[in-house]
Amino acid sequence: MAVSIPKKLSLDKYGPLIALVALVIVSTILYPRFIEIRNLLNILRQVSYTGIIALGMTFVIISGGIDLSVGSMTALAGAFAILTLNAVTQGLMMFSPGWLGTLLSILAAAAVSIVIGLAAGFVNGFLVTKGRIAPFIVTLGTMAIFRSLTLYIGKAGEFRSVSSSYGDMGMSVILGIPLPVWIFFILAALLSFVLNRTKFGRYVCAVGSNEKVARYSAINVDKVRLISYVIVGLMVGITAVLISARLNSLSSTNAGKDYEMDAIAAVVIGGTAMTGGKGSVWGSVIGAMILGIINNMLNMLGVSPYLQGLVKGIVIIGAVSIQRGWFNNGRTEK
Amino acid sequence: MVEIAKAIAFDSRFLIMDEPTTMLTSKEVEILFRLIERLKAHGVTIVYISHKLKEVKRICDRVMVLRDGEFISLEEIANIGIDEMARRMVGRELKEIFPEKKPAAGEVVLSVHNLSVEGLLHDISFDLHVGEVLGFAGLIGAGRTELAETIMGLRRAESGEISLRGKPLQLRKPWDAVHAGLSYLSEDRQGSGIITSFDVVKNITLTSLREYAKPFISQKAEIEKSKFYVDRFSIKIPSLFAKLEQLSGGNQQKVSLAKSIDTQPKIIIIDEPTRGIDVKAKRDIYVFVRGLANAGISVIFISSELEEIIGMCDRVLIMRSGRIVGELPSEKLSEEEIMYFATGIKGGY
Repeated sequence: MAVSIPKKLSLDKYGPLIALVALVIVSTILYPRFIEIRNLLNILRQVSYTGIIALGMTFVIISGGIDLSVGSMTALAGAFAILTLNAVTQGLMMFSPGWLGTLLSILAAAAVSIVIGLAAGFVNGFLVTKGRIAPFIVTLGTMAIFRSLTLYIGKAGEFRSVSSSYGDMGMSVILGIPLPVWIFFILAALLSFVLNRTKFGRYVCAVGSNEKVARYSAINVDKVRLISYVIVGLMVGITAVLISARLNSLSSTNAGKDYEMDAIAAVVIGGTAMTGGKGSVWGSVIGAMILGIINNMLNMLGVSPYLQGLVKGIVIIGAVSIQRGWFNNGRTEK
Repeated sequence: MVEIAKAIAFDSRFLIMDEPTTMLTSKEVEILFRLIERLKAHGVTIVYISHKLKEVKRICDRVMVLRDGEFISLEEIANIGIDEMARRMVGRELKEIFPEKKPAAGEVVLSVHNLSVEGLLHDISFDLHVGEVLGFAGLIGAGRTELAETIMGLRRAESGEISLRGKPLQLRKPWDAVHAGLSYLSEDRQGSGIITSFDVVKNITLTSLREYAKPFISQKAEIEKSKFYVDRFSIKIPSLFAKLEQLSGGNQQKVSLAKSIDTQPKIIIIDEPTRGIDVKAKRDIYVFVRGLANAGISVIFISSELEEIIGMCDRVLIMRSGRIVGELPSEKLSEEEIMYFATGIKGGY
C-alpha cells in the first residue's frame, strides 16, 4: 500500500505537466519554429486572458459550482471600462492634462471594470447560495443578462476608446514579457497561495468534497461559495481591462465569446475534478497553456480554423476521461 | 443487498463477505443468513469477516481471530464462546472493557430549558455537570441526534433556552456553538463527520483551522498536532497524508474524535461513537471518553447500545418521541429499566 499510493498521487498531480512537456516536444518536432521565444510569448499572451479567468474558475469548480457567465461578464465589464475611460478622458480634456490625466483615466476604467466584475460575481454567488438555485441555471441566466445589457448599452456595435494610451498599455511589454502574461502569473502565484495556505482555500475544498461535513465542521458554506463566485468576478474584471486595452475597443457582440468554454476547459485539463473537492491553480495555468499550444499548432500546420473547435472538444473529453480513470483506479464504483 | 446479490450472481464457489450486515436491517440479516445456509449446503466456501460476534457464533463453522494484523487463533466454533472471542480480540478480559467510573457532582455547565423543535423535540430540559458523562438512551428516531444538532446550532430551535454557565447561548450559526466550547461527534461518520477524500491531517484540523491560520495555515503546526493525536489514540495509518477512505472504520472514528476535540471543547456530544467499529477500537474510545470526563470536560453520550450506556454513563436520560421520559442514576442502570422507558412501559406519554 505504502508503495503504490505515492505513485498514483504523483500521476494525479503531475499528469497535466507531463502532458504539457510532451506537447511541447511533439510541437517542436513537427514545427521547429514553435520553440522560438517570440512564438512562445505570443502563445502565452493569447492564453493569459482566459487563463486569468480560469484561475478564478478553479475555485468555483473546486467548491462544486460552475460559472457560465464569465464571457458575457467580460463584455459587460469591458464596455464599462471603455465608457469610463472615455468619460474621464473627455472630462479632463479642458484641463489639458498630461500623463497624470492619462493615468487617472486608465485607473478609473480599471476600477470600474473590477467593480462591475465583483458585483456580477456577487449576484451569481448570491443567487446560488441564498436563492438555492443550481449554479448551472443561475449563470446560464446571467450569461444572457450580461450579454443583453452589453448589447443594449453598445447598441450592438463597438465601444471605441478615445485614448491611444489605453491601447499602448494593452500592448505593453515589460522586461520582454507582455503585460497580461505578467498579470496572469502573478495572479496565479497569489491564488495558488490562497488555495493552499489559507482557511478559505481549505474550506473551498471541504465544501466541494462534502458540503454536509463542512457544515457540521462549523464552516459557513454559503459564505465560502459566495466568495468563490466573487473571485471569478474579480478575475473577469481584470481580464476585461486587459482585453479591451489590447484592442483599444470592444465589440458588444463578440467580446468574451467562448471565454467560459476556454476557462472551464483549462481548469479541467489542469486536473481539477468537475465533481469538486480538489484541484490546483497551477494546474489550470498548465491547462490554459496546453489549449494555447494546440491552437497555435493547428494554425501553424494550416488546419482550418473551423476544425479547431473539434480538436479542443476532443481534448477536453479526453482529459476528463483520463482523470476519471486515475481517480477511480483500484476503487470499486460507488 | 444489491452488492450481495451481485456477488452471488457470479455463481462463485468461494465467497468473501466483509461486514455484510453493517448496512442491513435485522430482517434483511435473517434473509442473508438463510441464504448463507443454502450456499453452504451447495458446497460454497465462505469467508465471513465480522465484528458482530453473535453472528459469527451463529453461522460460522470455524473462527479465526486476528488482532493488529497478527494471527491469534483458529478454532472450531463449538470450542469457543463469544466472551472468549472478544477476550482474544481485545487481548484482555472483557470485564475490563469499560474504564472505571468516577462520578463528579460538579457545578452545572450546560442547561437546556424547554427546548422545542417543531415535530421533533418537545419541551426538553436537562442540566449537564462539569466532568459528567451523561447518557442519552432511547430507540432510533427518539430525537437524540436532533437534540444534539439543535444544541450545536445545526437546527433552529422553535422555543426554549440553552445556557452555558448561566449565560444564555445565542446560536445563529454552527460556529457560535463551537466558539462557545461545544463540540459534536456525529453519528454519521462518513456523511457528516469526516471528509473521506481528505488526508488525516486536513480532517483533524478542519473545524479548528482558525487556530492554525494566523493568517496563513502553518502546515508544520498542523502536522505536529496530528502526530500527537495519532500517538495518543493509537490511530493506525500508513502515513499522516493517507486519505481517510483508506482507513478502517475504527481508525476513521478515532480521526473523527481527534477532529472534534481539537477545538478544545468544554462540552462534547458524542453520538453513537462505536457504531461499526471493532472491539479494540471501542475500548480505546471508552477509555478516552472517560479520560476527557476526568479532565473536567462534560460529555453527552448518545448510544443505542445499552451495554455501553450502562458501562460508561454516570447518569442516563431516556428519550422517546422527542421527549425526555426518564432519568436513571448510575446505580439503577439496567437494560430492562432503560427499555421500559424507551418503549413507553414507564414514563408516560
